[in-house]
Amino acid sequence: MHKEFLMGNEAIAMGAVAAGVNLVSGYPGTPSTEVLETIARINDGSIYVEWSVNEKAGLEVAAGAAYSGARTMVTMKQVGLNVASDPLMSLEYVGIKGGMVVMVADDPGPISSQTEQDTRTFAAFSKLPCFDPSSAQEAYEMIIEAFEYSEKYGTPVLFRPTTRVCHAYASVSVKDESEYHINIPSGFEKDSSRWVIFPKLSNANHAKIELRNRELSSEFSSYSRNEIIPSSSRLGIATHGISFANTMETIETLSNRPSVLKIATPFPFPEDLALEFLSSVDEVLCIEELDPVIEKALLEVCGKHGLKKTIRGKFTGDIKLSGENLRDDVTGYVYSFMGLEAPASDIELPELPVRPPVLCAGCPHRASFYAVKKAMKGRETIFAGDIGCYTLGNAMPLDMVDTCLCMGAGVNIAQGVGRIKPDTKCFAFVGDSTFFASAVTGAINGVYNQADMTLVVLDNSTTAMTGHQPHPGTGKTMMGEVNSAVDIDAVLKGVGVETVEHVDPLDLENAVSAVKKVADMPGVKAIIFESPCAMLFKPEKPYSVNADKCVDCRMCIKEIGCPGLVISDGHVVVDTSLCNGCGLCSKICPVDAIGKEVQV
Amino acid sequence: MSTNIVLCGVGGQGTVLASKLVASASMAKGFEIKSAETIGMAQKGGSVMSHLRIGKCHSPMIGSGEADLIIGFEPSETVRMLPFLKKGGAVITSDRAVMPVTAALKGSSYKGSDMTDFLKGYPGIGKLVIVDTESAVREIGSPKAMNMVLLGAASRAGLLGEITHEDIIEAMKRKVKPQFVEMNIKALEFASI
Repeated sequence: MHKEFLMGNEAIAMGAVAAGVNLVSGYPGTPSTEVLETIARINDGSIYVEWSVNEKAGLEVAAGAAYSGARTMVTMKQVGLNVASDPLMSLEYVGIKGGMVVMVADDPGPISSQTEQDTRTFAAFSKLPCFDPSSAQEAYEMIIEAFEYSEKYGTPVLFRPTTRVCHAYASVSVKDESEYHINIPSGFEKDSSRWVIFPKLSNANHAKIELRNRELSSEFSSYSRNEIIPSSSRLGIATHGISFANTMETIETLSNRPSVLKIATPFPFPEDLALEFLSSVDEVLCIEELDPVIEKALLEVCGKHGLKKTIRGKFTGDIKLSGENLRDDVTGYVYSFMGLEAPASDIELPELPVRPPVLCAGCPHRASFYAVKKAMKGRETIFAGDIGCYTLGNAMPLDMVDTCLCMGAGVNIAQGVGRIKPDTKCFAFVGDSTFFASAVTGAINGVYNQADMTLVVLDNSTTAMTGHQPHPGTGKTMMGEVNSAVDIDAVLKGVGVETVEHVDPLDLENAVSAVKKVADMPGVKAIIFESPCAMLFKPEKPYSVNADKCVDCRMCIKEIGCPGLVISDGHVVVDTSLCNGCGLCSKICPVDAIGKEVQV
Repeated sequence: MSTNIVLCGVGGQGTVLASKLVASASMAKGFEIKSAETIGMAQKGGSVMSHLRIGKCHSPMIGSGEADLIIGFEPSETVRMLPFLKKGGAVITSDRAVMPVTAALKGSSYKGSDMTDFLKGYPGIGKLVIVDTESAVREIGSPKAMNMVLLGAASRAGLLGEITHEDIIEAMKRKVKPQFVEMNIKALEFASI
């Protein structure tokens, strides 16, 4: 063993490697992305690693390898699990041979997600055992155990850290390479009675799964990570994950502290351990993020065993219904539960500037949105957005995202809007990675059903939002190979989109005329705006505002809202630490006051 | 007990790297470390913070009134983090304001000096160091060096406890691409402030 300073996600990756994982697949999504990236980085070549086209593909690749006796892991964020849920629900009935961990990172807050869904609840629905780590160190050790449980019971298991575990750093004790488990897969063995799902098999396996989960509930009661931290108090706190760490911080400072029940396996719930805990307390506060999973389970245990205990939590209004349990939240909960007055801060801050996230200075998406906005000025339009950096196109002054639902939804939403009001010019904006992940089916749907719409592909040659992962359009793989890229133009033409325009959005004039040209054509048309993400290359020389020419109309700021344009002493100036020299503002200035050569 | 540091700023200013260097330097001295930071959508021009805890603790996050030190890369972000500061704790901040797009749109008059004035008048701060990072980065020749200027000022003011300049330079050699080490050392040792 030795110590390393690791991000939670790096610890999970190193744990999987120490467990002898043979294949890792996934799709990027905050806060899960660094797990697969770390494995690819430390891979000595013996592990097959891929960014799959989406989570469903990733899960299926991992399942096939696990059928073959490989230890596999598939990584995604919580909304990715929705995409992968079709194969996963069935996979639970079929089972696996090699250990398979489905690593799903949840995002209380949410900090960078569409939903606050709880993978612990999904575990109960899909009947998969679920592991919920509370720290980077625990995540490291627990993922190794998750592989062991998976293999022992022949089932895929869920492993669900939350953002504050994924993105926390800690000094973590990790195994030396000589201590790693080595798994040599036997290969796929044909057996259609086992690997082909049919109603008869599902019926038989359903009952087996229910019985197995009862057995696991009992086994998990003695699993060391589910634990009671006893005290002499008749008050108890039941908690999990990062809320457990935060609870320990609070109660450490208190005399007569409550007992704590830590739940690391929310499903199957360790009922025997919970009974033991309940026998030592009269009143329990459940401190949970997202769904009241532990609270419900304790209420069920009390009902089943006729226990008269008070269970507090989200149902009783003691814990807030959404968002994270930060340190101060937990301190407030615990003090109030114990009848103490929580320490209050008396500081009054002055008015502070708000900083909503915005498209970066020099982001080509800003130019693409602006070109469409200009071209469609005065027309009846719908701008259906999608998931990626470009969701930020909704911010003022661009205001170019009318809808955003989930990955790949925009292209179909635009069609739906058009069906109800056919004279609306329907646009759908989608990034290159999202296009491959889930917008191709929408394009086919539009062609097949003869929709009138313009599909705008914002091709910045990367998966920018999650930190620049490659995707099919780049041709780069996580094994270090560069293959022939999948061509967006060829895909679109192949499915029957006849008009596909290519234009550089920073060439504003041509971009605007391209949009005007295709918008009025019938059927499904596409514009591919091609310009790489501003973070991918060395910035050009910054622009500057010629104070002699500037008439202070502020058109540049009002039209495009670039963070590189700021007001200093009442005049517009370029923040040279942010400007990357894209030049879009210079094309907007009505008096030609912004340029590269002019001196301030 | 742990020593708690909050590093804060605006996405892209290098708070995360600064936090990693202090963490790496502390670990090299045998301390346990936990830290938490903002990653993802919130990075894009949004407020960014990093919590760093040196010594034994359970959570990677700091609660109100627990921070021994705030290192602020932008004056309004420094003020935003004040509720975390322990009574009598230390604050080191850049005076260079970063205007958010929303403020520019509304023609806001947000000024960094309003923030540094507030800090000067706030009685809860035991030690306050305001760094003229504008002239520092001009002299060094790279706006990316601001994080090292602040770390250097913090260690010179004795605010990083047992962590010295040399410890940070060693950490830099481990964490920073070789071609940037020299510029960062220059920034760390930038003394005319």
